[in-house]
Amino acid sequence: MPQSAERTLDHATLFREPEYAAMFEAKRDAFECPHPPEKVQEIADWTKGWDYREKNFAREALTVNPAKACQPLGAVFAAAGFDGCLSMVHGSQGCVAYYRSHLARHFKEPSAAVSTSMTEDAAVFGGLNNLVEGLSNASALYDPKMIAVSTTCMAEVIGDDLNSFVIQAKEKNGFSKEFPVPFAHTPAFVGSHINGYDVMVKAIVSYFWTREEGDPTPDQSINIIPGFDGYAVANNRELKRMLDLMGVPHRLLSDVSDVYDTPTDGTYRMYAGGTTQDEIKAARHAKATLSLQQWCSEKTLEMIAGTGQQTQAFHYPMGVAGTDAFLMAVSEATGQPIPEALELERGRLVDAMTDSQSWLHGRTMAVFGDPDFVYGMTAFLLELGVEPVHCLSTNGGPAWEKKMKALLADSPFGTNTQVWPRKDLWHLRSLLATEPAEFVIGSSHGKFLQQDLGIPLIRLTFPIFDRHHHHRFPTLGYQGGLRVLVTLLDTVLDTLDRQTADTGISYDLTR
Amino acid sequence: MSPLDTPKGPVSGTALGEDLIAEVLSAYPPKAAKKRAKHLSVARTAEGESTPGCGVKSNIKSIPGVMTIRGCAYAGSKGVVWGPVKDMVHISHGPVGCGHYSWAQRRNYYTGTTGIDRFVTMQITSDFQERDIVFGGDKKLGQMIDEIETLFPLNKGITVQSECPIGLIGDDIEGVSRKKKKEIGKTVVPVRCEGFRGVSQSLGHHIANDSIRDWVLKDGANAEGGTAYDVNVIGDYNIGGDAWASRRLLEEMGLRVVAVWSGDCTLAEIENAPKAKLNLIHCYRSMNYICRHMEETWGVPWMEFNFFGPTQIAKSLRAIAAQFDETIQAKAEEVIAKYQPMVDAVLAKYKPRLKGKTVMLYVGGLRPRHVATAYDDLGMEIIATGYEFAHGDDYKRTGPYVKDGTLIYDDVTGYELEHFIQKLRPDLVGSGIKEKYAIQKMGVPFRQMHSWDYSGPYHGYDGFAVFARDMDMAVNSPVWGLTRAPWAAAS
Repeated sequence: MPQSAERTLDHATLFREPEYAAMFEAKRDAFECPHPPEKVQEIADWTKGWDYREKNFAREALTVNPAKACQPLGAVFAAAGFDGCLSMVHGSQGCVAYYRSHLARHFKEPSAAVSTSMTEDAAVFGGLNNLVEGLSNASALYDPKMIAVSTTCMAEVIGDDLNSFVIQAKEKNGFSKEFPVPFAHTPAFVGSHINGYDVMVKAIVSYFWTREEGDPTPDQSINIIPGFDGYAVANNRELKRMLDLMGVPHRLLSDVSDVYDTPTDGTYRMYAGGTTQDEIKAARHAKATLSLQQWCSEKTLEMIAGTGQQTQAFHYPMGVAGTDAFLMAVSEATGQPIPEALELERGRLVDAMTDSQSWLHGRTMAVFGDPDFVYGMTAFLLELGVEPVHCLSTNGGPAWEKKMKALLADSPFGTNTQVWPRKDLWHLRSLLATEPAEFVIGSSHGKFLQQDLGIPLIRLTFPIFDRHHHHRFPTLGYQGGLRVLVTLLDTVLDTLDRQTADTGISYDLTR
Repeated sequence: MSPLDTPKGPVSGTALGEDLIAEVLSAYPPKAAKKRAKHLSVARTAEGESTPGCGVKSNIKSIPGVMTIRGCAYAGSKGVVWGPVKDMVHISHGPVGCGHYSWAQRRNYYTGTTGIDRFVTMQITSDFQERDIVFGGDKKLGQMIDEIETLFPLNKGITVQSECPIGLIGDDIEGVSRKKKKEIGKTVVPVRCEGFRGVSQSLGHHIANDSIRDWVLKDGANAEGGTAYDVNVIGDYNIGGDAWASRRLLEEMGLRVVAVWSGDCTLAEIENAPKAKLNLIHCYRSMNYICRHMEETWGVPWMEFNFFGPTQIAKSLRAIAAQFDETIQAKAEEVIAKYQPMVDAVLAKYKPRLKGKTVMLYVGGLRPRHVATAYDDLGMEIIATGYEFAHGDDYKRTGPYVKDGTLIYDDVTGYELEHFIQKLRPDLVGSGIKEKYAIQKMGVPFRQMHSWDYSGPYHGYDGFAVFARDMDMAVNSPVWGLTRAPWAAAS
C-alpha cells in the first residue's frame, strides 16, 4: 500500500506507484478499446511533420486552442479599474461565473461582477425586467458608485437595446438621473477581450465627458490607458511612479492595480482604488491621452481625439527603446524633461543587458499573445539580440501583421522571423514542430506546447494560472525591463543546467 | 469592529441562524427579500422525524444582480458530464469564450496522449463570428467535423456542446450530426446545453445525460456478456484522480469496473455500461437520470455510495458487497481491514489538530452533504452548508448528514455568504475559486471543494489521507497568525 499518514502521496506522486500503473494498464486493455500504441505513436509523429502542418494550416472552420477570450471579459476587467464600479453583465449568468473565475485564477484575487441572469423566458421576451431587477438588487446589496453594463452573446443575439433598457431601468427603480450606468455592447462573436476592454473604457469615459458642459480647457496633465494587461497591478504602479518622477500630473483611465491586489488583514474589500469619477471628468482637460496598447483602445482614442485632445498609442512598450519612446512622448506632450533618476534607471537596465547579452544573443524564441504584447515583447527581444522565430497572435489582424513586419525589417535579428496573425496555438504547435525555437514566450496555455515539443515556456503574459504572483512585478518601464530580462535569463540558464547535468561538461558554477 | 474582533462563541444554533437570515434579508429590496427567504433556513428535526429537514426551496431561477455563484447548462454538460470523455472531441460550438474559460480547468485526469488519441485538455471551438450568427453555423459545423477527422483521425467520436447563440439562431445541429455520423461512421452527439437553458449547471447535466441516452446508447449500447461482478461507477469525474482511488477499492473487493462515467472514460466504456449488474452512483445530482434510464431499459439496478472519509467508505463497501455473494462480502471486509491501520494513523495524526474546528460549505450538488461525514471523521463540525444547484431530493438526502441548528443556504449570493462567514467565523470554508480569495482576506482558512484546490484525490482511502492533510494545512497554516500587524493588535 503506497499511501501513509507519515508520507502522504497526492496526485503528483500517488499515481506513479506500481499499483496504479498496473491498474491503468488493465483498464486500458480490458475496457477502453484504445488504438494500438504503435498507431498512436505513428499519428503523434505525423502531427509533428510538414504534411500535417499543411493540413493544419488548410483548416478554415476549426479553431484549436486559440489564445484569446471574449469581449465581456475585457469589459469586466476595464470596469474593475474604476472607483466603486460594479460590473453588471446582461445575459446568461454562467458567463459571469466564467469571467470571475478566470480573473481570480490569474490574479489570485477575488473578482466581483453580477449578472442579470437571463433564462429562456428572457430569450423570448427580452431582458428588460432582468436589468430592472438586477440594478435594483445590485445597488441595494453592493452599494456601487457606478454600475457598468456589458453584454453576453445571448443578449446580443436577441438584440436587447441597452440604451433604452438602461434609461427605463433607472426610471423604474427610481434611481437619480445622476447615478452613472454606462454601458457597452460586447458581443462575444466580434473581436476578443481586447475589444471589450476598449468599448468599456470608451463607454465609461464618454458617459462622463458628454455630461460636462463647455469646451475642454487643456492643462498640463496626461491620461494613460493601460489596456488589458495581466501585469497591470505592478505595471500601473510603475507607470505612476515614473510619471511622478517626471512631475507630470497624470491619471489612469482604468486602474486595476489596487482592486486586484488587496491585503489579507481580516477585511474583504470588494472595491479598492481605481479611477474616480472626478478624475474621469478631469481627464477631459488633459493635455494628451497616451494608450499603452493600441489594439485595446482604438475606439476610445478615436472618441478622445474627437474632443480635440492629443492622443498617441503604443504597443505595450517594453525594453529600453520602448520605454524611451514612451517617456519622450510624455515629455513632448507636457514639456517636462525626463529626470536624471529615470536616466539612471535606464543606464542600469542597459548595464544588466550588457552583463547578460552573451546568454541571449542569437537565441531563438517564439512569442504568442495579444497583438500589443507580442509587438512590445518582440521589440525587446530584438534589443537583446534574440532571434524571434514565430510571432503569433490569435486576435492580431492584418494591421498588426504589417506593423510587426515593419518592426522586424528594422533589425538584423528579425530577418527570419515569421508573423502569424489570426492563428491559434495548434498552428503554433505545427510551426514549432517543423521550424523550432529554443523557447516559447506566452501565457500558461503554452504549457501544452512545452509538454508536446519539449520547448521551455516563459510565462510573460495573461493568463498565468500555474505560477503565482508574477503580475506583482512590473514588465514595463526600465524596472520592468529588468524583471523581464531576469525571467528570460533564468529560463535560459536553468535549461542549460538541465541539459548539461548528466555529463557535467558545461555544468558551470559561474556563468 | 473588524470581523477578526467578533467574539468566538456558540457558532451555530437555530436562534443565531434565524437572526443571520433576517439580517441578510434586510439588505434586499422587498421583492428580492421575499424570493431569497425561501432559500435560507436552519435545519431542524420536525416532530415525529428522526433527522433534520433543510426547509429550503431549490432549483429556482437566480434573481438578477445578486452575484449568484452558479454557472450554466453548458458548464454542466461540457464542463462536467461530457468534457472528461477522453477519446471524443468536444466542440464548444459558438463564440470563443465558453470554451476558453473552461479550458483544462476541471482537473479530470486521464491517461493517453493529448491531441492524438485524447482530447480533454483542449479548447476546440467554432469561434463564431458575426457572419455565423447572421447566416447560421450549420455549414461551419459540418466543415469543422471534416477538419477534425483530418487533423485528429484517432478520435472515437465528436460532441457538439451548444453555447447560447445556437438555440437562438435556429441552427439544426441534430441534422448536421445525423448527416456527419453517416459520413464519418463515428458517433456524433448534438447537445442542446445552451447557457440560458434552465437555472444552473443542473439542466446541463440532465441534457447531457439525455444526449448519451439518445445519441450513444440508443444505437450503440452493448448489454451482452460481462461477468456477475460487473459494475459501473457513475458520476465520478476523476478530479485529481478520485475515480482511480475509488476503482482501486472496488477492484480489490473483486468487482470489475466496466465503465466510469465520465472521469478518464472512453466512448467504449459508455457503450458497454449496460452490461453491468449494478450501477454505483457517486454524484447523484449530475447522473441519476442515466441510472434510471439504464434501470428501465436494461434492468440495471443502481445504488448511491459515498467514498469520502473512512466511515462512509466502509459503510459503502459493505452496502455494495451486500449486493453480491459471500466471496465479495468477505473481500470487502478484507479491504476495510487492510486500510484500517492507515486510517488510524491518519486520524491519530490529524484529529487532535482538527477536532472541534467548525466548517462552512458551499459547493455544487453533492459534496455539501457527501463530504460532511469525512469532516466528522476528523472531528470537525459542519455549522452551515448549501448547494449551488441542488434539487429538492438533494436537500432531502442532506437531512441525515446535518445536525439541528445547521445554517442552510441554497443558491447563496456573494453578499449572504460573506455576511454569514463574518458572523459565524468558521475555522474553515470549503467552496469555489470565486469565493476563495475574498474569504481568505477575511482571515478565514479556505479550501476549494470543486477542484480540491489543485490537490486530490479525495475519494477512497488513498484520498482520505490527502483530504486530512489538506484540511490540516489550511486550518493550521502559520499565515493565519500574521493577518494583523502587531502594532495594530497592540493598540
